[in-house]
Amino acid sequence: MSWLFALCACMSIVAVALICVFLFANGIPAMKEIGVFHFLFGTKWAPKNNPASYGILPMIVGSLCVTFGAVIIGVPIGVLTAVYLSRFCPKKLHSLLEPLVQLMAGIPSILYGFFGLVVMVPLARMIPGCTGVSMVTAAVLLGIMILPTVINLSESAINAVPNSYYEGALALGATHERSVFFAVLPAAKSGILAAVVLGIGRAIGETMAVIMVAGNQPILPRSIFKGIRTMTANIVIEMGYATGLHREALIATGVVLFIFILIINLAFAALKKRGEKV
Amino acid sequence: MSMNVKYKIQDLNLHYGEFHALKNINLDLPEREITAFIGPSGCGKSTLLKTLNRMNDLVEGCRIDGTVRLDGEDIFDRMDVNILRRRVGMVFQKPNPFPMSIYDNIAFGPRTHGIHSKSKLDEIVEKSLQNAAIWDEVKDRLHKSALGMSGGQQQRLCIARALAIEPEVLLMDEPTSALDPISTMKVEDLVQELKQNYTIVMVTHNMQQATRVSDKTAFFLLGEVVEFNQTSELFSMPKDQRTENYITGRFG
Repeated sequence: MSWLFALCACMSIVAVALICVFLFANGIPAMKEIGVFHFLFGTKWAPKNNPASYGILPMIVGSLCVTFGAVIIGVPIGVLTAVYLSRFCPKKLHSLLEPLVQLMAGIPSILYGFFGLVVMVPLARMIPGCTGVSMVTAAVLLGIMILPTVINLSESAINAVPNSYYEGALALGATHERSVFFAVLPAAKSGILAAVVLGIGRAIGETMAVIMVAGNQPILPRSIFKGIRTMTANIVIEMGYATGLHREALIATGVVLFIFILIINLAFAALKKRGEKV
Repeated sequence: MSMNVKYKIQDLNLHYGEFHALKNINLDLPEREITAFIGPSGCGKSTLLKTLNRMNDLVEGCRIDGTVRLDGEDIFDRMDVNILRRRVGMVFQKPNPFPMSIYDNIAFGPRTHGIHSKSKLDEIVEKSLQNAAIWDEVKDRLHKSALGMSGGQQQRLCIARALAIEPEVLLMDEPTSALDPISTMKVEDLVQELKQNYTIVMVTHNMQQATRVSDKTAFFLLGEVVEFNQTSELFSMPKDQRTENYITGRFG
């Protein structure tokens, strides 16, 4: 029987390998043709111009900016929610909140996008100088979307802290709050960092919801209240009609995204390893 | 020899839900002496210890009747629990240093109680580690993680951490049960030293330890205090048959 399990295990390895091969085989030649430097650091994305220009720096900056914004909004709220759920929340409320957080994780991203479009964009328009569909709208929406990832993983990390730390702090005359924040939370540090890293991964890869609220202009953003385009949005928006080098440039955009995800996953693995050692 | 009573326990009953864990306890614990609690597992000695600094408050379904007075003040009435725990330090069965530096472990208590001046903290850290007889071993690595120390060192660090808030009483819950014989000896010597300044209450499974270190001993059985006397008398001429059976190793 064990060959069957081995086969199943191989499936995922093969899938990852095939994705790698496809991405790099199609993307690398395009990068070479455009010029790696010009591709990564060029600020002009104009595939229909003559001669065409394929600089994806605006999209790299766009992805990094909305992800950074999502972290600023999602991480403090998520970690504090996890602290509340783990150490402060009455049992009854916990049994209500826990499934809600799970549900949040299961909502399709297109529905988050609708929420952003219908509720957040009009709200954002009330900010003077804000176009509604903008970097800040996308960042807030992504901040909400990474909450379940951050909450679930942080809560597990906090729950895994031995009770002896908490009791030790109480026995020194510390209040419940101080014991939780200064003895328990530092002990869960690496687990919480891992939660943040996974949240970053989720934010940088998010596509549908971002397209609906980010504005999608392929230019370097001048303000957080103006529209931006992410790498993922760039691919989805143009893939339908792109041909030739344009199409390959989009796949090369995917290569860059893939490398970002790879770095994030390596960081996650390293943090997890460090957490196990302590 | 007249002595002051530090803890006066009167008609104390404690229930965990339906379970009657402590039955009619009446004990006077003397100041600046070492009192040992002995008895078989589950006899209530740790429960009583945890009642003295109200760590049982955390246990769900725990109900306490009767009074416990610290210097005449009822610890269940009007006394702020955090102030009680500041006056009554605790050392746990398993060493539980926080996953931070040795320095920060010791400074945790003083910082909790509002001391933030660097020079004052430095002074407290050094004094506490010296009082716990571990200063010479760790003075060169104060800013290294406390988790890198040996078990015996960790336990003495925990004692130093408890001393840093200058308590009046030190509660010790089988402080050497997780340690090797040499570390145990070091902790026992330390406890002897500390008794000059602190009232010490120690739960122990080890009867030799009780005879070596304690001045008075209370023998617990099934939630009751069977006998409480000077350690030398309790072990040489127990008044109760059950005490005799236990200390001669007929059960437990």
